[in-house]
Amino acid sequence: MVEKTPILDIFTYVFLITGIIIVGFPVIYAIIAATLPIEDVCRVPMPLIPGDQFWVNIKAAWEKGNLGTNLLNSFIMASGITIGKISVSLLGAFSIVYFDYRFRTLAFVSVFCTLMLPVEVRILPTYEMAANVLGPFQKLWTVLNLDGVATWIAGHEIAVTLEWCILDSYTGLILPLVASATCTFLFRQFFLTIPEELCEAAKMDGASAMTFFRKILLPLSKTNIAALVVIEFVYGWNQYLWPLLITTNPKMTTAVIGLQHLIPAADDLPYWNEALAGALIVMLPPILVVLFMQRWFVKGLVDPDK
Amino acid sequence: MKVRKLLIVIAVAVSLVFLAGQVMAAPTTINWWHAMKGARGKVVDNMIKAFNDSQPDYVVVGTYKGNYDETINAGVAAYRAKKQPHILQCFEVGTQTMMLSGAIYPVYKLMKDEGYNIDWKGYLQPVLSYYMNANGDLMSMPFNSSTPVMYYNVDLFKKAGIPMLDKTKPVTWDELGEITAKLVKSGVPGGMVTGWQSWTQVENYSAIHNIAFASKANGYEGLDCELLINNPTVVKHIAMLKDWFDDKRFLYGGQKFQGPKAEFIAQNAGVYIDSISGIAKLKKAVKDFKWDVAPMPVESWMKKPQNSIIGGASLWVFEGHDKKDYKGVAAFMKHLGRQDMQIYWHKETGYFPITLAAYEQLMKDGYYKEQPYQEVGIKELTRRIPTKISRGLRLGYFIQIRNIINEELELVWNDTKTPQEAMDNAVKRSNKQLREFEKIYK
Amino acid sequence: MGNASPVYGGKRCFANSETMIKRSVFSSRTLPYLLILPQIVVTLTFFYWPAVQGLIQSVMRSDPFGQHSTFIWFSNFVTLFTDPLYLKSIGITLFFSMSVATVSISTGLFIATMANRALKAKAVVRTLLIWPYAVAPAISGILWLFLLHPSYGVVALAIKRWFGVDWNPVLRGSDAMFMIIMASAWKQISYNFVFFIAGLQAIPKSLIEAAAIDGASPFRRFWTITVPLLSPTLFFVTVMNIIYSFFETFGVVHMMTQGGPGGATNILVYKVYQDGFIGLNMGGSAAQSIVLMTLIIGVTLFQFKYVEKKVQYAG
Repeated sequence: MVEKTPILDIFTYVFLITGIIIVGFPVIYAIIAATLPIEDVCRVPMPLIPGDQFWVNIKAAWEKGNLGTNLLNSFIMASGITIGKISVSLLGAFSIVYFDYRFRTLAFVSVFCTLMLPVEVRILPTYEMAANVLGPFQKLWTVLNLDGVATWIAGHEIAVTLEWCILDSYTGLILPLVASATCTFLFRQFFLTIPEELCEAAKMDGASAMTFFRKILLPLSKTNIAALVVIEFVYGWNQYLWPLLITTNPKMTTAVIGLQHLIPAADDLPYWNEALAGALIVMLPPILVVLFMQRWFVKGLVDPDK
Repeated sequence: MKVRKLLIVIAVAVSLVFLAGQVMAAPTTINWWHAMKGARGKVVDNMIKAFNDSQPDYVVVGTYKGNYDETINAGVAAYRAKKQPHILQCFEVGTQTMMLSGAIYPVYKLMKDEGYNIDWKGYLQPVLSYYMNANGDLMSMPFNSSTPVMYYNVDLFKKAGIPMLDKTKPVTWDELGEITAKLVKSGVPGGMVTGWQSWTQVENYSAIHNIAFASKANGYEGLDCELLINNPTVVKHIAMLKDWFDDKRFLYGGQKFQGPKAEFIAQNAGVYIDSISGIAKLKKAVKDFKWDVAPMPVESWMKKPQNSIIGGASLWVFEGHDKKDYKGVAAFMKHLGRQDMQIYWHKETGYFPITLAAYEQLMKDGYYKEQPYQEVGIKELTRRIPTKISRGLRLGYFIQIRNIINEELELVWNDTKTPQEAMDNAVKRSNKQLREFEKIYK
Repeated sequence: MGNASPVYGGKRCFANSETMIKRSVFSSRTLPYLLILPQIVVTLTFFYWPAVQGLIQSVMRSDPFGQHSTFIWFSNFVTLFTDPLYLKSIGITLFFSMSVATVSISTGLFIATMANRALKAKAVVRTLLIWPYAVAPAISGILWLFLLHPSYGVVALAIKRWFGVDWNPVLRGSDAMFMIIMASAWKQISYNFVFFIAGLQAIPKSLIEAAAIDGASPFRRFWTITVPLLSPTLFFVTVMNIIYSFFETFGVVHMMTQGGPGGATNILVYKVYQDGFIGLNMGGSAAQSIVLMTLIIGVTLFQFKYVEKKVQYAG
């Protein structure tokens, strides 16, 4: 420190500790609630001394929320979104930054406009889309009366149905959420900071575009990729409305939805102990990811040029 | 020669595949999307399993699609995408929307088409009438139906020196005023709480006192109906509740998330008005006091109180599936109406058995001697033949309207509006919604 | 909700993008198109097509099942902007997002300043503060509801008992608003903290020392040196917080208040859901969606523009 200010230092630590406790309190309290039997949770105020029902509640939550399957689904969905988003946008950003072509600006702007469009705002039409990804082509086909054309050419009745339904599948859980400009934007910004000499040198050595991408760009982007892995994993894991809408098969449900089954509804018994036990389980994986990858996460988030 | 041989092989292979297809014809899947979770969800699963085990041709797959709002939304989205399930559970406020949707296969027609001759007279009429069209045809199959009743805390009543309440004859609101005053005096923080305030204090209050909730027989006879809940009787009732609120005889517990029920369980209120389907759950949650059930209070001038109306949901059948699927759907509907299924459903969930036969069987078995609580709701619901006004409500955008009523009531409780202002505004806002809705179907 | 908002990079991410176009490029006729193809395909299928559908819906009056539709020009938009409740909802949203931003930014900055002083414990502090970032808004709503519910929430009881406040979020709009602000800001504190601590570390020690020699007190130094130097970070974080509170707080509202009581917490994004999903008013909610989409795209472009400008100045 610049100067010795012991009183301020003490304050600092006191405030910090208070701050940490306040930030952590909701979860601490949830942990206590998760250890209590139902009668104690219903009592007002709820006792602050932990009970011994923790594993009982965890087990109940696990079974009622079908968390075994659901956690796996969440994991697949979150990983799929993460991998999908990062690879799609790495390639996209590479194309936008390192090539010069006619529609480059158009491509960038059209992707960029979708930067922060939340899924909820466009969810109904997106659902219709997922029910038949080929829907627009089908519509075009109908509008152009291509059935008629085909019938005329072939000389007999032809009816073409274009259908690809991705409801109730991992594809459906993942693909619509892969569409995102955030990663593309970040990679673009990052690529722009990479010294041009690198590219020049690579070209001199006769490296092809893809070699440059693989050998130089990818290794340089490691920190950014790591940060995005954290962010996208958390994002994918925490999805709620989309998986709820498109999965009808209980085997395809995700953990956050499974948790929804545990939250006491208005005419339910207040099983808060189990609900909070479930909440703890469900929020654990993304928290662990954030904590373990903290260093890269912060680095990539705050200064991607390092 | 070779070619011929090959052709024969192919022909054999094809016919083998074809035969195999014939022999191993998989059972037809019937999808049912519902909003029943937790203990109720399990009961639903068991009823489905009973059906699936009883015959080889159909497999019913039940899926929980979230709460009522989410379930109907999932249905809408799926229908638009042509992926609709066969059966959709839809709560009572969505009845008008479903009925006019043009997306459904009316249940009465389905059963007739599939050759089931069902005597609808054998069903609880106040339940059926909620889901009938103007001609008295049943549009959807009632599934879970309940009605509001009054729970009270026996221990707190004893402590305050209040006699226990009768299970058939309702107390008057004036009497309840005295009761709650005594409760508050004896140290209970709040007299009464109510769940689903629009449903219990406006919709059911109107039905029980035979006051029209909306014109055109509560909307049954035309889309051009208007709300009438700013009438003096209802406004007076709300004003009374507001007075009670001010001297703590009425405690507002919020709309969702356990509010009212939690207050009752925590003994912050001695009287709790809510759906009869809460019985099983209260039994489990309440450990440290005794409680009992009584019918909804009635105004002293109402000598012959009408039936209360139902809440809950019914099962709608979507059009657009194969003929053979509907055979299975009809069989499943029949299965759900079976006496043993109805008895099981009633015993496990507290929702009404919808057939009179099931009810009578339960009486014969002495079930209501053991479980006197359960019968209070049925008696309240069936105490009179429903009038045009007490048979139910049929409003477009009813979800919004109920929301509006809830909002305006909250504005009364928190002193923003007088009861008259709030009800006038609720009517005004709701009528706007009704006009919008009307335009769609013109 | 939304896209993973944080990745936008810190301020330096922009400051370094000196030029829009690289001078050194690869040349290929097909490769760039192939590379961008997946991105364009998903964007077209899952953003633009649905957006066009929404646009069509917003000028129609239709029943939920899509059986009856009439073209009604901009009637839905007129209804929207003449509806006092919608205008009220705009006001509520503005108040809410400003409050969330203020609470989470000031708390984040405060803790970051403290942590920056406690040099030794910095890593520990960060670990202890960073995790709420990973909690789903819906779960954050659950946790806080359990604390602040007037009937059984322990914090609610404490407020009632110790401060004598008649805490009642189910009835009083201001209390409900406070409740969703707390739950939304909580999650965001850790995010802001990360940015501020990085920003603080980037401030040259020499500046602070010089000011200390001049006799400026630590508080004075904070206001005259730290805050101005931190302002780009502050600006960025503010925009991100406002966007977060506009859209991603859906889960919080859904879990805690459902827009009540009396519509007091009905923020715009929740109103879309309530009218469209709960109320099944297709045209009206599509119109609301379009308004929101325009708004978001506007904000995005605004920030982009601002950022590009900054870059030019820097260059």
